[in-house]
Amino acid sequence: MKMAKLLTVLFFSTSLFFISCQEGVKKDEKELDVQELTKDQPETHGSELKESDITLGTPLDQTMVTTGKGIYELKCQACHKLTEEKLVGPGWKNVTKTRKPLWIMNMITNVEMMLETDPEAQKLLEQCMVRMPNQNITTADARSIVEFMRNNDGEK
Amino acid sequence: MKIFQPKNLQYLFIAAFAFFFMESCKPKGTQSAATGDASKAYVAPGKYDEFYNFVSGGFSGQMAVYGLPSGRLLRVIPVFSTDPEKGWGYSEETKPMLNTSHGFVPWDDAHHPEMSQTNGEVDGRWVFINGNNTPRIARIDLTTFRTAEIIEIPNSAGNHSSAFITQNTEYVVAGTRFSVPPDDANGDVPIDTYKQNFKGNVSFIKVDSVSGNMKIAFQIRTPGVNFDLSHAGKGNSHGWFFFSCYNSEQANTLLEVNASQRDKDFIMAVNWKKAEEYLKAGKGRKQAVRYAHNTYSDKTHSATSKIETEITILDSKELADMVYLIPCPKSPHGCDVDPTGEYIVGSGKLAALVPVFSFTKLQKAIADKAFDGDYEGIPVIKYEAALHGEVKKPGLGPLHTEFDEKGNAYTSMFVSSEIVKWNVKSLEILDRVPTYYSIGHLMVPGGDSRKPFGKYLVGYNKITKDRYLPTGPELAQSAQLYDISGDKMKLILDFPTIGEPHYAQAAPAGLISKNSLKFFKIEENEHPYVSKGEGQAKVTRDGNKVHINITSIRSHFNPDNIEGVRVGDEVYFHLTNLEQDWDVPHGFSVKGANNSELLVMPGETQTLKWVPEKAGMYPFYCTDFCSALHQEMQGYIRISPAGSNVPLSFSTGKTPTPAAGKTATPATK
Repeated sequence: MKMAKLLTVLFFSTSLFFISCQEGVKKDEKELDVQELTKDQPETHGSELKESDITLGTPLDQTMVTTGKGIYELKCQACHKLTEEKLVGPGWKNVTKTRKPLWIMNMITNVEMMLETDPEAQKLLEQCMVRMPNQNITTADARSIVEFMRNNDGEK
Repeated sequence: MKIFQPKNLQYLFIAAFAFFFMESCKPKGTQSAATGDASKAYVAPGKYDEFYNFVSGGFSGQMAVYGLPSGRLLRVIPVFSTDPEKGWGYSEETKPMLNTSHGFVPWDDAHHPEMSQTNGEVDGRWVFINGNNTPRIARIDLTTFRTAEIIEIPNSAGNHSSAFITQNTEYVVAGTRFSVPPDDANGDVPIDTYKQNFKGNVSFIKVDSVSGNMKIAFQIRTPGVNFDLSHAGKGNSHGWFFFSCYNSEQANTLLEVNASQRDKDFIMAVNWKKAEEYLKAGKGRKQAVRYAHNTYSDKTHSATSKIETEITILDSKELADMVYLIPCPKSPHGCDVDPTGEYIVGSGKLAALVPVFSFTKLQKAIADKAFDGDYEGIPVIKYEAALHGEVKKPGLGPLHTEFDEKGNAYTSMFVSSEIVKWNVKSLEILDRVPTYYSIGHLMVPGGDSRKPFGKYLVGYNKITKDRYLPTGPELAQSAQLYDISGDKMKLILDFPTIGEPHYAQAAPAGLISKNSLKFFKIEENEHPYVSKGEGQAKVTRDGNKVHINITSIRSHFNPDNIEGVRVGDEVYFHLTNLEQDWDVPHGFSVKGANNSELLVMPGETQTLKWVPEKAGMYPFYCTDFCSALHQEMQGYIRISPAGSNVPLSFSTGKTPTPAAGKTATPATK
């Protein structure tokens, strides 16, 4: 082997040694404030419904009643009976007489917000001990559920 | 053996010296090796990583997903493996994904993930990965982070030179490491008839641009060499594919010595556009084979496995202008193409240099017929005619090369445990850093595409030794993250990996996170045993098969009391998760089942098969903590002796009574 070749390899090999022994990990100049960073953890909620978003009509819209029934059977029936009997959540009989449609629809579409801010919703959580699941129901579908509830409560 | 030749002995001595020096400075603490700003790898609580990193799980058969720069493990995806945590390979729906022409093969050795690309840029839709042992290619869907498809490769063994793609994901390729007698030939021949009977194959698998579904378009039959790695041309070289190969000696025993005789092996350059022309012109030969093709549907939530019976062979010996061989020193391993597509880097793992070939010069050499004879009918290009230049003395044991967007290449050096940065055009070495230890693959996000993101580089090491707390004889595998944004590479983080990591890929997080599915829509569930609402939960008997359509929602099953099932029955729990929110899976397990759990995502249906062998009472419960009343989420199934007349019944929330006739028929006989 030629000496030059040998020297080159030797040079690189020893440079390995120097790099691997390099000291002086530089300290980060500005300290990270972890606690400050943890404050910024937004949880996405649905957008809150307002009174003006909801209109009720009479007589009942039978198409909405049927749609609402279908959604009830697919996504709600597992926890809510149509009588007053509590299963996992409260029974639905007379719910439209004790709760406003706005409250019901926000509970369906924005359950996280309601459990954080609404005292009535919080009271129910204490009774049932299970957070009402977000079943990803659209505003229009929630409105149909309200129509189905009104029908269940004997409205025409 | 080459490396014991006298001239190489000197290198070994020098390497040994270098190792000695490294060892001697270790007592100062391995932390001292971190040359960079470690806070650059810090991702604060609640913050997302910049990149998704998809890392092969090697002999675990899985693929792991990490966040970069934190190195946090986000997910482990079973691919060529069963995973009892997820019920993958245990549920009736997922078992067909692991079907092959050899039957159910629940394990493989997964090496090279490759992300789909559009116009040479990573597009974040799918990851392809190869299974070596029982040759397969899988496609992972990055909306669900699940294996969506697996196709077996015929005429192949040790599917190593895979799963690399062309720049618009037109094809994913699979090159065989072992040459073998073709599947339709008699394989029962003396092993020393290798040269007559053993053939190589590289497969071009067409990928549907919308669905991603794979189909073997053609196989190129080659001489009986070993294909090692590959990469597609891009830009000007789009339309070509480059495969490294070794064992041009065609040895069939002690390859360590016998496949290291020749001074040069080859990089095989395939003009796949030409191959397409031959295919279209009917120049292919149909071959009868058998291979499995498995697909998973997110509508039926089930896999189907189909055995395919034919492929088309294009013979490299007979079809001119389709395949060329470029001599490449000493058993080349990595075969990497730079972002411009002009430079092809071959890494001879036993060579003391890294040759870089020029696509323009290759084209000229072909036009000028600058050949050095042929190898079994394939023209061999003159080495110098295709050569751009050689990186001299890069280090020992060059394996793989990745690129940044500034014209630099990064090559891993297995023997000397280092990463070497060099300029692709000038071939000048710019920097080198040690790795801990014996680096195999390395990865820059987008580093094998036309658009690298040269901010980080990860080295995947073969030896962990003293990097982490010891855990007995078997240690975690090791990855190291380097900051490569400046002139000098700086080590900023160490993190362990699942299984032995081989290749990896990474892409900017935003490309993938925006498409991530949150739950399956229950309305769109087309599983034959779905329960769309608790009203559809039922138990039905069909001979000795009992189908239980059961639902879960926080925090109960429906039904949760089941009677009238007997020893000798095959019980199928078809669990539909009625939840429709993100991150609310429910689990399911039944005592004594010779099976795993089910882990069912919202809106999904999965089936656990159970054959009870003894009469008695068998509890079942939800295994995934789902709510404050998770511990209440349970039920009982009563198993009666064979021939018992306990009527079939089911219920939730009431004292069990015999079921209504329309959904459950009383036990007969």
